[in-house]
Parts: sequence; structure tokens; C-alpha cells
Amino acid sequence: MIRLKINGQLQTLNVEPRVTLLDALRENLGLTGSKKGCDRGQCGACTVLIDGQRVYSCLTLAIMQEGKEITTIEGLATGDNLHPVQAAFIDNDGFQCGYCTPGQICASVALLDEVKNGSVSYVTPDLTSAPQLASLSEAEIKERLSGNLCRCSAYNGIVAAVQQASGQNPPSPAASNLGTEVS
Amino acid sequence: MNNFAYVRANSVEDAVSRASQDSNVMYIAGGTNLVDRMKGFLDEPSQLVDVSRLAMKKIERTQEGGLKIGALVTNTDLAGCAEVRSNYPMLSRSILAGASQQIRNMATVGGNLMQRTRCPYYYDTAFACNKRQPNTGCPAATGINRTHAILGASESCVAVNPSDMCVALAALDAEVKVRGVAGERQIPFVDFHRLPGNTPNRDTNLEPGELITAVILPPVSFAKSGVYLKLRDRASYAFALISVAAALELSGEQIKNARVALGGVAHKPWRATEAEEFLKGKRADKSTFSQAAEIALKDAKPLAHNQFKVKLSKRAISRALSVSARGGGVV
Ligand SMILES: Cc1cc2nc3c(=O)[nH]c(=O)nc-3n(C[C@H](O)[C@H](O)[C@H](O)COP(=O)(O)OP(=O)(O)OC[C@H]3O[C@@H](n4cnc5c(N)ncnc54)[C@H](O)[C@@H]3O)c2cc1C
Ligand code: FES
Ligand code: FES
Repeated sequence: MIRLKINGQLQTLNVEPRVTLLDALRENLGLTGSKKGCDRGQCGACTVLIDGQRVYSCLTLAIMQEGKEITTIEGLATGDNLHPVQAAFIDNDGFQCGYCTPGQICASVALLDEVKNGSVSYVTPDLTSAPQLASLSEAEIKERLSGNLCRCSAYNGIVAAVQQASGQNPPSPAASNLGTEVS
Repeated sequence: MNNFAYVRANSVEDAVSRASQDSNVMYIAGGTNLVDRMKGFLDEPSQLVDVSRLAMKKIERTQEGGLKIGALVTNTDLAGCAEVRSNYPMLSRSILAGASQQIRNMATVGGNLMQRTRCPYYYDTAFACNKRQPNTGCPAATGINRTHAILGASESCVAVNPSDMCVALAALDAEVKVRGVAGERQIPFVDFHRLPGNTPNRDTNLEPGELITAVILPPVSFAKSGVYLKLRDRASYAFALISVAAALELSGEQIKNARVALGGVAHKPWRATEAEEFLKGKRADKSTFSQAAEIALKDAKPLAHNQFKVKLSKRAISRALSVSARGGGVV
């Protein structure tokens, strides 16, 4: 028996040591929001937060996460009120099929916290001067979200969603709309 | 993956004694490499000793003025450490160039040192592989070997070490502190990983059951000029085709000291010591840098599909040195 704290609730599970956190969430707890894309740490669809940090739930064993605070996509909204990052994905067309979306959103929530805490990335020009949310460049957002692939290639909308959630003004989705709406 | 017994180590001694009793016992830290390997049936341990909760998570200043980095410090915490960012930027950047934020959050220093090659033949149990199973053969030597070694390979293995962080640690003359049943010892970084020879099944000189407890970084006055250049098939979240860690100490136009190490070219992080010696006393200019690059690659033996790595490495060395000569930053 192992005990996991997921979205604020303590859950008791009977799983073998080889069961990954992702499989425990999906198969044992019915939390199917976290997706299995590759199951090998190569796509980001299974991203969840552990003690506030984003990780791939397919690359960690459930038994290793006893006692940690695990947050999945199901735990982000407050009742019917979406998390601001969830709302930003809707406002900016940050998805198409939606399969990568729970992972993208969990990763983006963590990304904003990381920037608030002064984190740097491979593309940060000066490692002693971390970027602020208000001036977080598109290059920074893309590098920091590179661990989440989107097979539908909704990347423009995803970047815009992160810009909105950062307090920036993303370009209107209509700006790149090729067709003209007929009313 | 096959099932295994799981225990959480409650002390370094406890972990070492468990792993020293039985060669089928393995340590697990962040899990980002081992879980992947177990899924592919590359490793089938009978027992996992979870060391992730041991007290080896601190970065401390050493008496010499360097840093002692606990083996369980995450890749994220090491790259983000203020002292590392300002005094060893090549180390920060090498880590930030690797994997993704999600992986770096879980990955530990010890696990990064011990991660195994990404050779596709090693990864696919349908193929023979001397690294996976000694004396079965090396299909990569005659197969698709675009990502494989150009330096220091042998007939039995042409795989490369995949780590970015280790390239910077090699350039910085780090040392690896390990603990076994017989006690503690410290291994110079360049002697930690091995060339394949005819025992490619051994990546490192760790003895069975030994646990990495820390990495020691000596003070390197000119490490502030350090850079890390990684070249890969896509801009992020991909292993290196080749990479360069470089730093220069200048006195006016003249080079006093140099560090150059390469990733993605050999079975271990490749320190280009002959090129470093050549650089000393020379003028810091383009022609010096490209001569150093020629020296660093003079023994290269490319395979059928990776000739491109030779020229790519030379140009990357020149570029990394030029940026370091200007004081460092993004290459
Ligand atoms: C999709 C993907 C992309 C990646 N891209 C990159 C990249 O671009 N660059 C890069 O450098 N890396 C990359 N990585 C690899 C990543 O850096 C490693 O998986 C990670 O560093 C391993 O650390 P860990 O703590 O998770 O190790 P674990 O998976 O826990 O362990 C790895 C090995 O180390 C052993 N071990 C762990 N701790 C110790 C210790 N203290 N003493 C002795 N042995 C120990 C284990 O027994 C195991 O054999 C990538 C990984 C993935 C999955
Ligand atoms: S399912 Fe975990 S990264 Fe793809
Ligand atoms: S929305 Fe379809 S994979 Fe991203």
C-alpha cells in the first residue's frame, strides 16, 4: 500500500513498485487528465506538478512520490473558476485536438512561477540577470516550454496564452486569421 | 518493465551496504534515466535502492574557495545556483542546454554522471550490443552511426556519452567523491568515465556498489569567461550532436590559460588538453583558435555517417573560444 497526496486529497493505492506515477493517476485513480503520449519522457503530455515543480509523471515511480504534494490538471481550477492559465489557453486558441493541453497548461503554470522566482534559461543573455514576466521574450517562452510537444502545432496560440498569463498583450488570434468571417 | 523490490535508503551507509551485497541491486535518484532504461528492458534490477531522500542536497563552499555539490542536488538547482551562474557560467549553461525543465527538475547530479548512452542500438534489445551484453557485437560500427563517436572509439563500441553537464565538469577539473564499503575516495573527473576499449559495458570507474556522494568544483579564476555551445538537430530538448565547453584567461591579447572540452564525440567527455597547451601564450585571434581546433580533432576517425562531426566540432571550438575571448555569454 502506498499513500499519495493528490490535488489536496490523501489517496491509498495498492500498486507494485514498478507502477509509474502516470499509470497510478490514470489507471488506479481515474485521473485521466494527465495524458500518455510517449511514456518515455519525450513529449510532456504527462506533466504534473510535484511540490510545485513540473515533472514528467511517466518517468517517476508512484512509490517514490509518497508524502509529496502532487497537482494534476484536475486540481488547477477552483470549482467552476478556471485557473488563469487555463482561461488564457482558451482565449488564445492554445490547442487543437487538446491531447497535449493538460501537460502544456501544467508546464505553463510552473513556468510562470519559475520566472517569478528569478530562474534563467539556456537563451538568457546574462545569467546574472533573470528576465521578468512582463518582459519575458518569445524566445524565452519557447525555450522554457520546449519540453512539451504539440503534434497539432498549436504553438502560436500556446505562446500567446503564456504571454497573456504573464500580463503581456499577446497578438490577437485574429491577426493571423486568413479567412474573413461572414456574419 | 519487470517488477523489483523497492527500498528507501535511510543513510549513505545503508544504501552502500545494500548495493554492495548483490550486483542486481541498483540505485535510483531522479529516475529520469533508469525508469526509461527499465521500460526498455535494458536494466532489470531485482531491487531498487531509492537514495533520493538522503541528505546530499546541499551546495557548499569549500575551504579552497570552490564548491562541494551534493550528489542529489537537482540539475535545476545546480544550474540556478547564484554562485554557479556568476562564477561557473559554462556549467549553468551546459545543464540548461540539456533535456527539458521537467527532466532537470527531477534529474540529480549523481544520476547525470551515471546516465548511459543514447545509441539507438543500445536502446533496442532486438540488436546485439557489447555495452548491453558483452561479446555480442556492435551493429552501430557498420550501421547508421550519424550520432556516434569520432574520437577514442574502439572496435567493440562507438557510442558517445550523452551528458552536457559532464562536458563542463571535465573542463572545470571537477572531482567526484564516492563512497563504497571500503570507505571514501575522490576521482578526478577526467578519470571518472572510461573509453570503451574492449569493456564498453563499463561506462565509469565506479566499483560495484559505490555511491556518488558529491562533486567538488575547484576555484577557477577565469571560469567567468566560460561558455557552452551545443549543436543539435533541433533548437531545444535534443541531445547534442556535438558540444563545446570553453574558457580563456587573457592578459591583454595574450592567452594565459585555456580550457576546452567536447561532448558528443566520444565515450566520455573529451578534454582537449593538447589544444589547451597550444593556446597558452598565443594571441587570442581567429587563426589561433582555428589552429587549436585542428589540434583538438587531429586524431578524429569518423565513421560512415558522421564525417560532418569533424568540421562541425572544429568550427564550434573556434566560435566558443571567440565568444569566451570577449568575456563569455550566449554563444
Ligand atoms: C527525453 C530526454 C532528453 C534528455 N536530454 C538530455 C540532454 O540533452 N542532455 C543531458 O545531459 N541529459 C539529457 N537527458 C538525461 C538526463 O540528464 C538524465 O536522465 C538525468 O541526468 C539522470 O539523473 P537521475 O537523477 O534522474 O538519474 P536516475 O535515472 O535516477 O539514475 C541514472 C543512473 O545513475 C545511477 N545513480 C543515480 N544516482 C547515483 C549515485 N548517487 N551514485 C551512483 N549511481 C547513481 C542509477 O543507478 C542509474 O544507473 C535526457 C533525458 C530524457 C529522458
Ligand atoms: S508521456 Fe511522459 S513525456 Fe511523453
Ligand atoms: S493540441 Fe493536439 S497535440 Fe497539441
